[in-house]
Amino acid sequence: MIAWLLRRLVQAAFVVLAMTVIVFIGVNVIGNPVDILISPEADQAERLRIIANLGLDQPLWRQYLHFLVGLLHGDLGRSFVFNEPALRLIGQRMPATMELAVTAVLLSIVIGIPLGLYAGLYPDGAAGRSIMAGSILGFSLPSFWVGLMLIMVFAVQLGWLPSTGRGATRELFGVQWSFLTIDGLRHMAMPALNLALGNIALVLRLTRAGVRENLPMDYVKFARAKGLSPARVVFVHVMKNILIPIVTVIGLEFGSVIAFAVVTESVFAWPGMGKLIIDSINVLDRPVIVAYLMVIVLLFIAINLIVDLLYTVLDPRVRLESQE
Amino acid sequence: MRGWQAAVAGLGFSLAALPVHAQSLTMGLSAAPTSADPHYHTFTPNNSLVAHVFETLVDTDAHARLIPGLAESWKLIDDETWEFKLRKGVKFQNGDAFTGEDVAYTLDRVPRVLNSPGSFSVYTKAVVGVEIVDPTTVRLKTRGIYPLLSNDLAQVFIIPKSLGPNPATEDFNSGKNAVGTGPYRMTAYRPGDRAELALYDGYWGTKPHWKNVTVRMVPNDAARTAGLLSGDLDFIEFVPTADATKLRGNKAVHLEEGDSLRFVYLMLDRSRGAGPTPFITGPNGETLTTNPLNDQRVRLALSLAINRPALVERVMEGAARATGQFLAPGSVGYTPDLPPPPYDPAKAKALLAEAGFPNGFRITLHGPNDRYVNDAKIVQAIGQMWSRIGVQTNVDAMTWTTFVSRANKQEFSAYLLAWGISSGEASNPLRSLVHTYDPKLGWGAVNRARYSNPEVDALVAKAMATADDGKREQVLIEAQRKVFADVALIPLHIQKNIWGMRAGLTYEPRADEESLAMFVKPAK
Repeated sequence: MIAWLLRRLVQAAFVVLAMTVIVFIGVNVIGNPVDILISPEADQAERLRIIANLGLDQPLWRQYLHFLVGLLHGDLGRSFVFNEPALRLIGQRMPATMELAVTAVLLSIVIGIPLGLYAGLYPDGAAGRSIMAGSILGFSLPSFWVGLMLIMVFAVQLGWLPSTGRGATRELFGVQWSFLTIDGLRHMAMPALNLALGNIALVLRLTRAGVRENLPMDYVKFARAKGLSPARVVFVHVMKNILIPIVTVIGLEFGSVIAFAVVTESVFAWPGMGKLIIDSINVLDRPVIVAYLMVIVLLFIAINLIVDLLYTVLDPRVRLESQE
Repeated sequence: MRGWQAAVAGLGFSLAALPVHAQSLTMGLSAAPTSADPHYHTFTPNNSLVAHVFETLVDTDAHARLIPGLAESWKLIDDETWEFKLRKGVKFQNGDAFTGEDVAYTLDRVPRVLNSPGSFSVYTKAVVGVEIVDPTTVRLKTRGIYPLLSNDLAQVFIIPKSLGPNPATEDFNSGKNAVGTGPYRMTAYRPGDRAELALYDGYWGTKPHWKNVTVRMVPNDAARTAGLLSGDLDFIEFVPTADATKLRGNKAVHLEEGDSLRFVYLMLDRSRGAGPTPFITGPNGETLTTNPLNDQRVRLALSLAINRPALVERVMEGAARATGQFLAPGSVGYTPDLPPPPYDPAKAKALLAEAGFPNGFRITLHGPNDRYVNDAKIVQAIGQMWSRIGVQTNVDAMTWTTFVSRANKQEFSAYLLAWGISSGEASNPLRSLVHTYDPKLGWGAVNRARYSNPEVDALVAKAMATADDGKREQVLIEAQRKVFADVALIPLHIQKNIWGMRAGLTYEPRADEESLAMFVKPAK
């Protein structure tokens, strides 16, 4: 177990390092941060002063070395634009994205699994068929369009929900959260649903496929023959067997929901990390881009770890050591 | 089933019935400020936000003309000394009286802000000495004659001396240092999300209508418009031109539009001396030995080939003013006899033939696609117009980050740009865009084409050494005539800004693009 964890951590460190090199070179290829950052009013002398100040007059390898030295001291650099530590900027916006992502994943579980079960148990009924047809819309409609449609219908036409923003927040553990206030929940409803839509469809289809695959199997027939109630057969025996692929997918999707909440966040003006990264890419704010991607890589690694640990809970036959 | 529907409808109804405060205003801004520090970054969204809290010695009205601010009057007492008479009885939001000490303190702090990506020192560097004559009189020394000091100081927000040495940018963001003389206090600032403002009771000037103002950052155009339509936002800036057409017909919404200071133009490469420019080839793709753009007749032909009224009507949907010069009518340095160049393809063809290009040439026109209003559509339209006079045009629009880096390296031959004339008068574009690139003087800093005309340079220098406002304006007019007769660049249009608000509100459109709650008023 310990050796397995250590191996995982060393792998993670290499992934993070490789990523920082790619970002440093990538940002350099897109353009020069100086050209975008510096106010057009600045004269030539002022430009040179700012370039030197930000350390951008140094060759790229030296800038990277400087970054690595800072990294060893736990310093990911200061944003060129905001002049605040990059990590603090991300930290300020992380709760907003996190609560949106968690809500979206919860929605996809709460809506996706029951609907999938239903569609799997009654595949030929009208309801089962329409659930499957609806799920196609769920993952094929582009999320920015769905977001705008949600705003048009629920905010502009019906006036039920606020169109954009985060609404009132309340403090918990020193962090501001929206889900603790009614106003915050109302603001969260549409963006969370928008973010969840694709995942609902995915979970639903996975669940249905699993149920369809498992129902004709011998252990189900045996359980029925033994006289177990249909509910126990489905919710205990079938469920346990179809849950492994679903947990894997939900885990991975949780990561991508956080990483790619960008579209939803910009449509709904949700002040999360996704909006920060897009703004930072637009102005080539390299310290923030690097720090954000490092956070995301670490997040994916952590999620994979948790998923692997969950496997052992769901299926006692799985041993961590055998998972290379 | 019916009961379920009723329940949902009831829920929606009860949620919609939120308390509405008669005297609070929610504004939707198109770009997030980078800081609440008034001296951190010369960036319109920052200025727009901090202008609620802080004030400047010299203020500007909606047409970017100078009006008294914290200074009641100012005059030149000799060539190198300006005297500012400060307003009496002004108090900062922490109770301190405003005096000349605060002016000296502010001017000292501005160049020392750490890691500023756009320092306000460009507006204070002309001041070489500060003399406090008495608490309400300040004399500012300049090196030589510097006629634009009052224009520059209109950008510099005054902070109180009581903030102590080296006030940190972070402390402005946290609200600790957000102490100005302006009509609003900043009660909360959440970067990238919102700022909350509350009326400052001790404000010396006219009290604004709104007791509480929420400034929300909603960069997505469609979301901002939807916010206005749904009533979440009372007031939005930068209504996209495509939505404006629809919103004009909506009774629940009121639009205000006016000329901005944003001058949209084409730059023509002149940076390679007599040698060829990279994106122009002969009519059959053969390489040329010279740059056709060095010939004034070619530049004029390219300008006459552009149908500006069509650009304004079709591409900009009316949200622009075709122009033949830098500024809109009413500004300092506006030249009455410089109309937009006429659309004259026949003359353009004749000029090309005269210049030795009877069959035209091939050119690539570059532009950004995510920076200015309808930028990519503008270059596409111009590409078609140029093709009609035999200049086969390729259009290449790209993201701003890539575009501006390449433009700064003189990689293009013809390219679309815009310039926001922050001072509101003609010397600013003359010095920045068409004066010879001169790092020593600090002029020509964004003259990316490296256009150079000794006559223009001499006139700009003369204007900057003329203290008398009327005489200086005449020199600026003369310089502009030279610039546009020589087609130093091709003027296209001046953008109009559009603000949208719920019916029953008014706003005087501001040329400087700022959205200021104190000027949003209920219609009478």
